[in-house]
Amino acid sequence: MSRKVSLFRSLDWITILLYVTLVTIGWFAIYSSTYDFENPTILNFSARHGSQLIWIGFAFLLALITILIDSKMYNNLAYIIYFLIILLLIATIFLAPEIKGSRSWLKIGPITMQPAELAKYATALCLGKFMSSYNFTLNSIKNMFLVGFIILTPMLIIILQQETGLALVFAAFFLVLFREGMNGIFMVLAFLGALFFVLFLRYDYISSSSNSYILESFGFVIVFILSVISVGIMIAYYLKDNRQMLQFIGGNAILYLLTGILHLFGIEAITYTITAYISISLSILYLFIMALLQKQKKYFLFIIFLIGSIALCNVTDYFFNNVLQPHQQMRIKVVLGLEDDPLGAGYNVRQSKIGIGSGGLLGKGFLNGTQTKLNYVPEQDTDFIFCTIGEEQGFVGSIVVLFLYIALIIRLVILAERQRSSFSRIFGYSVLSIIFFHVAINIGMVIGLVPVIGIPLVFLSYGGSSLWSFTILLFTFIRLDANRMEILHQ
Amino acid sequence: MKDSLKNQELRNRQYIIILIVLSVAFIYIIQLFYIQIADSSYKENADSNAFLKKVIYPSRGLLYDRNEQLYVSNQPVYDLMIIMREIQGFDTLSFCKMLNINQEEFDNRIEEIKDKRKNRGYSRFTPQIFMSQLSVAEYGKIQEQLYKFRGVYAQQRVLRKYTTPHGAHAIGSVGEVNQQQIDADSYYSRGDYKGQSGVEKEYETYLRGEKGVEILLRDAHGRIQGVYKNGERNKAPIAGKNLTMTIDMGLQEYGEQLMIKKLGSIVAIEPSTGEILALISSPSYDPHLLVGRERSKNYNALLKDPFKPLFDRPLMAMYPPGSTFKLVNGLIYQQEGVITEDTRFSCRMGYYYSRTRKLGCHPHPNNLDLRESVQHSCNAYYCHGLKGLLDSPPSGISTTESYNHWRNHVLSMGFGKKLGVDFPNEKGGLILESNRYDRIYGKNKWKSSTIISIAIGQGEVLATPIQTANLAALIANRGYFYTPHIIKKIEGDSIDKRFREKHQTTIEQKYFDPIIDGMLMAVEQGTGRVGRIEGIEICGKTGTAQNPHGKDHSIFMAFAPKENPKIAIAVYVENSGFGATWAVPIASLMIEKYLTGTVDTTKLNRKNLQKRMLETFLIE
Ligand SMILES: [Zn+2]
Repeated sequence: MSRKVSLFRSLDWITILLYVTLVTIGWFAIYSSTYDFENPTILNFSARHGSQLIWIGFAFLLALITILIDSKMYNNLAYIIYFLIILLLIATIFLAPEIKGSRSWLKIGPITMQPAELAKYATALCLGKFMSSYNFTLNSIKNMFLVGFIILTPMLIIILQQETGLALVFAAFFLVLFREGMNGIFMVLAFLGALFFVLFLRYDYISSSSNSYILESFGFVIVFILSVISVGIMIAYYLKDNRQMLQFIGGNAILYLLTGILHLFGIEAITYTITAYISISLSILYLFIMALLQKQKKYFLFIIFLIGSIALCNVTDYFFNNVLQPHQQMRIKVVLGLEDDPLGAGYNVRQSKIGIGSGGLLGKGFLNGTQTKLNYVPEQDTDFIFCTIGEEQGFVGSIVVLFLYIALIIRLVILAERQRSSFSRIFGYSVLSIIFFHVAINIGMVIGLVPVIGIPLVFLSYGGSSLWSFTILLFTFIRLDANRMEILHQ
Repeated sequence: MKDSLKNQELRNRQYIIILIVLSVAFIYIIQLFYIQIADSSYKENADSNAFLKKVIYPSRGLLYDRNEQLYVSNQPVYDLMIIMREIQGFDTLSFCKMLNINQEEFDNRIEEIKDKRKNRGYSRFTPQIFMSQLSVAEYGKIQEQLYKFRGVYAQQRVLRKYTTPHGAHAIGSVGEVNQQQIDADSYYSRGDYKGQSGVEKEYETYLRGEKGVEILLRDAHGRIQGVYKNGERNKAPIAGKNLTMTIDMGLQEYGEQLMIKKLGSIVAIEPSTGEILALISSPSYDPHLLVGRERSKNYNALLKDPFKPLFDRPLMAMYPPGSTFKLVNGLIYQQEGVITEDTRFSCRMGYYYSRTRKLGCHPHPNNLDLRESVQHSCNAYYCHGLKGLLDSPPSGISTTESYNHWRNHVLSMGFGKKLGVDFPNEKGGLILESNRYDRIYGKNKWKSSTIISIAIGQGEVLATPIQTANLAALIANRGYFYTPHIIKKIEGDSIDKRFREKHQTTIEQKYFDPIIDGMLMAVEQGTGRVGRIEGIEICGKTGTAQNPHGKDHSIFMAFAPKENPKIAIAVYVENSGFGATWAVPIASLMIEKYLTGTVDTTKLNRKNLQKRMLETFLIE
């Protein structure tokens, strides 16, 4: 009995309070978005807000069960859970009926379930267990490979289920790996990779104004210039040689300047795109010579970086224009601001922005949103639930919700850092990274900063599957954390 | 040691992770600030998405005649509205089929709507009229299919409906506002209706009421999801005010029938109030012609009609008043002391105003007094009077001054300027100022012989039929009149106070008696004998308006009964010659109809008179 009392005392009530607050806000937002002006009802269990209340009830029950399970069980069962979930994921592809092109929903009795939601949980457990094993280090190629295997296997299966959005969330484990010692350069490279990808698409194929038959691809030009500048900064950072950095960047700048002068005199045969290729090729040649002269291996890394940039641009170019479906190209282009398509792919984002934007500072008031209730905003109680809050509670309400998430994530960082066992810490970081990615992608999409990727907003969106898996995810960590406290209390 | 240092380095990475989280949050807050606070266009977009502001048109005020019989009412019609932004994926083929138009007509109409030069208020977001004024029957046929077409709906409007096809000029018509009218009054927007003539125009602000608005919520599929805030922001339309006209519908109808296929006017006034009992302009037209989709087509046809049916003769046609004007002069000569009722002048088949120049007269007993001069309409009598007035004024003033006195008297009787009736487009007639004569003939270079024709209502004197009718009314009243008007009562309001003001003329009451006696004699045994009615004392005066373009116009003005008069009337029949032939019988029949409610056709002479008036066509 005393053990139970101390267990409940050891729970982190701040996290639980944040959780309950968010779930409650979510319920009110769902109530409002499904509110029908014509037939107002207070509470109706056959309506969406009614079923959400039931899901929330089950979620609290699940939270309780999760807390009551012995914390050692999670560590012990991690591999088995991971294995079973992978099997379930594979089975789903064959068993699930096709809903909107995806095969990810399983129907068990009255409940529809998305195993992909649970896959995040299983992966977090498995990763925690594997990386906390004795003498584990990320520096070993074999370990890197195995870690990659653990993360990428469910991800690939989910892509096969046509749920690209959910698969993308697995990128969240990058943050965990970073915390656990992965070289920071990978983070920088991943960031640069994403940046170059976006910039390339944004400036790809804009024909030069004066001469329309000469096709310029400023995507290449911009990415190559940024790559060269990046290498310059690397030279300064790793080789501590500022003079060489200036020479390197300046030499390239002269090339572009010469091209500009040629263009001024009407010689446009040498396009900026060609110059970009000349500049990056000469840079590689220069670095190769320097590597031989100074016998510095680091130069080879720079060369790999530049070759990587060239590859990135060409692969993106090919992938975007030859692999992606036109509607997928459109989605990406709309977000990058390349296309304005108010009735097509841009419609959802546009209506969602109108909804949030029309909220103003204080919002239109609970139940008074017109954008969301009149169905201008699609999926208003699932993926676009934040829109209801933005419209009815305004800037203030949106910021409050945003701050609740930040508070939760930072609280989880604090909890993770105070863990004594690596397993708990790694699991904790997994939880907060997953929550962070979900929130960032979802809200970013709703306010028009991120492409339309259909993933729910943690704790707020309608639906049992997502709420339950996040509840289990969060409360498993709360249980692990409480265990740490238990040890302290003894 | 190295291990714990490594651990410390890794522990510090938590701050980088927190920094990443905060940076993302910061970018999102900036974006939220931008769309929610800095940029107001989202709010407008949301409103234009969600709110469908539906105008609810009030019903226009009804018009009743003086006996409270319904004269003008309303009928519902439907405008087919279209919101261009919403007609994507529109099944044009079945839409055209429904409306019984072809693809080309559809395309043309859409082009017209989009053309900002023709349709200045065009917007993709607001309802535009695709087809206007569908009748209830036409609307009934398409009503059930309408839901199939997104962005199309019907807007109910009201059009005028008339109990009888009479009184078109008095009532006037209602038509769509033009751009000028929209610019002038912000109440109107495209497609609104407004009174364009007659009472409809003059009393527009009372009749139109106030438009209401219903704010509906419209969902993403264009479906109406109910009323915004339970109608809290709605505004109910306020119906226009009902008006009671002074017109007697029976008399108006009868007058129009008498004037069939004749050009001219009848104006009947109740002398004690100035209320217009009948206002007839002939040829007239059926007011229904100017209602509905055919309005502009019919309007153009009426405009081209050589007999000018749209011309409002009683108020706008100016004629020389002819002999009716002798009454005015008879009154003034007495007031100025030029003559008394017993003064006699000789007439030698006319009046010699120089040794060689004569203004002719017709045969009648010689040496008439004032009463007899009215009875026989002697020209010479009034020329003598004018000579006395202008050439040797009794008060010893100059000719010019005396003329100015004369003019003031004339103006006090409602001539020479607009009467100020409650009717648009009224004309004022013409009575020249003395300085005009100075300019024509030179200062002090003119006298009675120069302008002798004004003595008998010719020359530089012009008056409208309503001014002549007003003259009859003021004589009936023995010296005063009320401004003629056509609206008797305004629901919940009172008529303009200018119609309740008594206008006293400058002529003393006693001078009216000989004139009225003469008018009675004219009808009993003088120029207007043909109009005599057993048992009703009619006082009247014939006239002939000279017409340089053709046959003279026949004029008759009268009031009846002599004591306590109930009706004053002026009848003009164009191109019909001497006054007695046409104008007198028509006036006489009108008077009988009004005073007794019917024309007594048991009397053979009255029956024949009526038959002749109804069946004689002066124009084809
Ligand atoms: Zn005579």
